[in-house]
Amino acid sequence: MKKITLAHGNGGKLMHGLIKDLFVKNLSNPFLNKMGDAALIDVKNKKLTYTTDSFVIKPIFFPGGDIGKLSVCGTVNDLCVSGARPRYLSCGMIVEDGFDYKDLEEITLSIKAACEKSGVDVVAGDFKVVEKGAVDKIFINTSGIGEVFSNAALGMDRVKPGDKVMINGNIGDHALAVLVAREELKFKSKIVSDCAPLNGLISSVICGDIKFMRDPTRGGLATTLNEISLECGCGISVNESDIPVSGSVKVLSEALGMDPLYLANEGKALMIASAKSASKILSRMKKHPLGKKSAIIGEVRDRKDKRVYLRTMIGTTRVLDMLQSDQLPRIC
Amino acid sequence: MKYIDEFRNNEIVKRLSGAIHERVKGMRPVNIMEVCGTHTMSICKFGIRELLPAGVKLSSGPGCPVCVTPKSYIDKAIAFCDISGITVATFGDMMKVPGSSCRLADLTARGKVRVVYSCMDAAEMAEKNPDRKIIFLGVGFETTTPTVAATVAYAKKRNLKNFFVYAGHKIILPAMTALCNDRQVNISGFLCPAHVSAIIGTRPYDVIAKKYNIPCVITGFEPTDILQGILMILNQVASKMPKVENQYKRVVRNAGNKKALTLMNEVFASEDSEWRGIGILPKSGLILNKRYASFDAEKVFNLPKVMTRPDKGCICGSVLKGIKAPPECGLFAKKCTPDTPVGACMVSGEGTCAAYYRYRR
Repeated sequence: MKKITLAHGNGGKLMHGLIKDLFVKNLSNPFLNKMGDAALIDVKNKKLTYTTDSFVIKPIFFPGGDIGKLSVCGTVNDLCVSGARPRYLSCGMIVEDGFDYKDLEEITLSIKAACEKSGVDVVAGDFKVVEKGAVDKIFINTSGIGEVFSNAALGMDRVKPGDKVMINGNIGDHALAVLVAREELKFKSKIVSDCAPLNGLISSVICGDIKFMRDPTRGGLATTLNEISLECGCGISVNESDIPVSGSVKVLSEALGMDPLYLANEGKALMIASAKSASKILSRMKKHPLGKKSAIIGEVRDRKDKRVYLRTMIGTTRVLDMLQSDQLPRIC
Repeated sequence: MKYIDEFRNNEIVKRLSGAIHERVKGMRPVNIMEVCGTHTMSICKFGIRELLPAGVKLSSGPGCPVCVTPKSYIDKAIAFCDISGITVATFGDMMKVPGSSCRLADLTARGKVRVVYSCMDAAEMAEKNPDRKIIFLGVGFETTTPTVAATVAYAKKRNLKNFFVYAGHKIILPAMTALCNDRQVNISGFLCPAHVSAIIGTRPYDVIAKKYNIPCVITGFEPTDILQGILMILNQVASKMPKVENQYKRVVRNAGNKKALTLMNEVFASEDSEWRGIGILPKSGLILNKRYASFDAEKVFNLPKVMTRPDKGCICGSVLKGIKAPPECGLFAKKCTPDTPVGACMVSGEGTCAAYYRYRR
């Protein structure tokens, strides 16, 4: 009998299949069918975006954040990359019997801090307690509404060969910070999660020349690039030596046999911009504290070969596929 | 950064690639086998083939531990799960290898199987859960075997009564000599495994160079290592003087790791062993010796005979011998993918089919 496995939730190929063949097929409507990070809805000529996300991270506290901060940033960033200024959030918590009050307080305070940073308010909430073991400590769901920037003109259909691919800094930090925080690996590192709200960075760069944005969370940069290539019908090529990776992430992923290109990020936006304005956008990104290490990492190629290619550090070219199975147990 | 970027230096890569092109001029085509799965992965990941002239062919060998573990071993591991009070502890890679009836991964929901990062984790699990019997699936070559030996020695010292090993360990050399004796296989030189050699040293390969006249170069896993290793093999082929050379001197000593070897000899004994797709090779496996027999899961738990169904259409055997490349298999990237693997070579992170699927389709 067909069963749902952890691999169905890892952001890779199986999850994409499930979303398309079960959810989108049965719940089909013009908004959902676009399969964007957030749905674009018109309310009396005001353009809004609406999205939701659930957070089940283990451990709930990790270097650089906790499940509270993550549950705000995750939804805020989905709104941001849809070209919107995040405004209102809802927040639902499911907690197991016996959960520490102090931990719940700490999580709530970090939700507060993240909301202040993102310029959003939690305007609706829900709280449930279930018997011990029915959830792993605490699960949080947030949904959010954002107002589309008047100068945003995002659309997958605008992506053309020659456009540049950019990212706002080092990849892989979130996944490894969380992995190390789990005690199973028994070693220490100084890697801190990049978990951060992207509203400030994105409002400082948003313009008509940015054609598409997505936050490379589960499945990492490689999976997001493949999603974009599939949706826009163009090949993409990226240069390994241009992709920003910190020394610690490089060394640790090498030691663990993992590839930073498939590691989750929680404070990164991948952008596709027209070639003529890419360097101008890049310099604006670099001026923002969350964009200091921004880089142009590759470009959109023609429609004949719709795959994603990596130009390796040693000058060869290979296929950069979507995440297949988990590199290690799910971490976000 | 030390030990990563230097060995991926574009300029040095170009120079080595140029020297290889220069070297093969006028030579007959050569077929070089990389024995180890990590080499296969590295060659695909870095696109090394693109840097080689047409006359140099790389084929993958039987050096991925999960891949060479026969289906019958998986079936037996699954059968252990049916005994009450037993938890099977294993490296993650083994979970998805298909057995005749199911995979180990299908038994996790029943709490029968746990993934561990090391054998010692399994021993600690046994210490913490005295009411359960923990069986560790001991697979791997000489790289992992010493860590299992150390854990078994630890378990004996701690007098652990609920920790066992189901040993499916393999020794690399008998597989290499079997390939030398196989008429279907035509190898001009071996890129010998890096980490296995760190344990066994350089001398065990002497027999291959002397008896079979095949060049052997112990080679590291980085792009410049691999290219230099290939160049060293080509030099040997050209000079018709096969020998054992060590490209990976920063890690591998001629005598290997004596401490690890002593530990292995203390705990294990060699016996005939089945390899997936290759068959039974004499003295190619390691089981716990008499002194440690009380930790041997096969001896302690009397399993009824387990029936194993052969795979249909899967050519893992020929892939492991380097006779065929994964795209020549009718199942490759169709019925057999990393999410729905048919053979073990598609499962493991070091498997040849997985490497081709990920980087070369």
